[in-house]
Amino acid sequence: MKPTYLDFEQPIAELDQRIEDLRFSTAGRGVDLNEEITRLEAKSRELTAQIFGQLTPWQVAQVARHPQRPYSLDYLQHLFTDWEELHGDRHFRDDPSMICGVARFEGRACVVLGQQKGRDAKERVYRNFGMPKPEGYRKALRLMQLAERFHLPIFTFIDTPGAYPGIGAEERNQSEAIARNLFEMARLRTPVIATVIGEGGSGGALAIGVADHVIMLSNSIYSVISPEGCASILFKSAARAPEAAEAMKITAQDLLGHKLIDEIVAEPLGGAHRDVPATMESLRLRLSAAFEGLRAMPMTQLAERRHQRLMSFGAFELVPA
Amino acid sequence: MSWLDKITGSKLVSAAQRTRNVPEGLWIKCDSCHAALYRTELERTLEVCPKCSAHRPIRGRARLQQFLDADGREELAMDVSPLDPLKFKDGKRYKERIKVAQAGTGERDALIVMRGRLHGLPLVASAFDFAFMGGSMGSVVGEKFVRGAEAAIQQGSPYICFSSSGGARMQESLFSLFQMAKTSAALAKLSDRGLPFISVLTHPTTGGVSASLAMLGDVNIAEPNALIGFAGARVIEQTVRQKLPEGFQRAEFLLEHGHIDLIVDRREMRDRVHRLLAIMTHGPALASGSAAP
Repeated sequence: MKPTYLDFEQPIAELDQRIEDLRFSTAGRGVDLNEEITRLEAKSRELTAQIFGQLTPWQVAQVARHPQRPYSLDYLQHLFTDWEELHGDRHFRDDPSMICGVARFEGRACVVLGQQKGRDAKERVYRNFGMPKPEGYRKALRLMQLAERFHLPIFTFIDTPGAYPGIGAEERNQSEAIARNLFEMARLRTPVIATVIGEGGSGGALAIGVADHVIMLSNSIYSVISPEGCASILFKSAARAPEAAEAMKITAQDLLGHKLIDEIVAEPLGGAHRDVPATMESLRLRLSAAFEGLRAMPMTQLAERRHQRLMSFGAFELVPA
Repeated sequence: MSWLDKITGSKLVSAAQRTRNVPEGLWIKCDSCHAALYRTELERTLEVCPKCSAHRPIRGRARLQQFLDADGREELAMDVSPLDPLKFKDGKRYKERIKVAQAGTGERDALIVMRGRLHGLPLVASAFDFAFMGGSMGSVVGEKFVRGAEAAIQQGSPYICFSSSGGARMQESLFSLFQMAKTSAALAKLSDRGLPFISVLTHPTTGGVSASLAMLGDVNIAEPNALIGFAGARVIEQTVRQKLPEGFQRAEFLLEHGHIDLIVDRREMRDRVHRLLAIMTHGPALASGSAAP
């Protein structure tokens, strides 16, 4: 698949176009430009490394939202076997923006859930742009409780701009759906491993993100509000999103520094979409290691560890009154 | 328009301003029915308009003082104070905003927690102070809320929280988001110990606070006409591109849709919360508590 280039990747795009042109012009003419092509390809890699070595937080957000970025179902396909998607919250309807089901990870039975974005216009609408409604969160909770009942570990994949802000969502109590997941996940008696694969958008992301181990892909983001939302409120203009992205410390590197996540999985050069199999293999290794670590832990210890982990979040000081 | 206005509409701010402009002991105009009200009368009615029953906003500390018995109130977690972990700066430094809010409110942050009694029934109560950065939930609010829950567990008593908040505190970004999980986890622990949590949602309770602790009551109570919701009205309108229904996200709308258990007038709050808690904890009824409200 031909990559889609983001604005800041234009120098790479131009170079890659030149390589493409050279390949085309040499085809069937007997002129050997292989050496030149090889040289340009090396240059393209170098340029990509240079550009991706110094991405601003706002540019990282663009990569996290890249239209070719692997989505939850791609991870399912590559990392899991025996997938059976299970549908519906048993009360209202199924929510295609939240996929849930049972599967096997390296042969071991588990429950998998994640937000799912759409690839083309039609699927984007069908998936509601990855913004779950209350029934999506309730389906996720139903599956998490199923996991607990049958002693299955849970893998969650976070990729959402946020929970859907619509009239129906409010009528069906979006707040409660999110709150209930936070409440129940805090005391779920089975291991939970969460991976932020793209956008970790606010409460809508956290509602499947309370976990024993949290991984972020190196070009994913995680924040309390979108950079655009923060900019329009605090910076008085959505156009100042790059500044808001900077100020909110939304990158994996920043969040690891603040000990708000556990580890970063490095993406291939140019982002996860440039080499999907490599992305999958890197993540598989880390998921496997994290799972092995949690699997060995007695359940009471795991529950207490999760509680202490949640209690540790926060930056404050104690100053006698 | 500030973000605070966006969430609450201009009513709340203008009410506060008006109150400030009127010398003490004089007449105050009700924002809702425009009746002229005597200051001392309003204090007696807990800032509820005696003519139209409009509930005027009250501060967190005043809330706990009017709710708890006068004897034996003890403030908890007073030493928990804000930091600026991200060195956040928009137009102003977060550190500066904290200082301004502290000077303006006399509070360290947006949540006050007290141990006390309600008609003699021991409990722990916390209240958001909307005047402090829109009652937004940062690390201090989360930590104090948790300490309140832990104090309730320690003494084996119920926990109650009066919320009024625009949601998460953006200046603390992910630290703020994670307070949603932290406070919910503390409530899960309280629940596992068989202790009741009562959430009183007051005007306005939105965003990250409504999507965590405020919706997790064993009983969820709202004050009349309180604005309660996940997303702000403007965001919803921009997303769905249609007009919002009449009374959308108001307490009565939530009651009708089954999100809250009941709406309670502030003037009856003490008696009715006591009635609920006495039943839930198998305690004695009030001597005067047999009649239905």
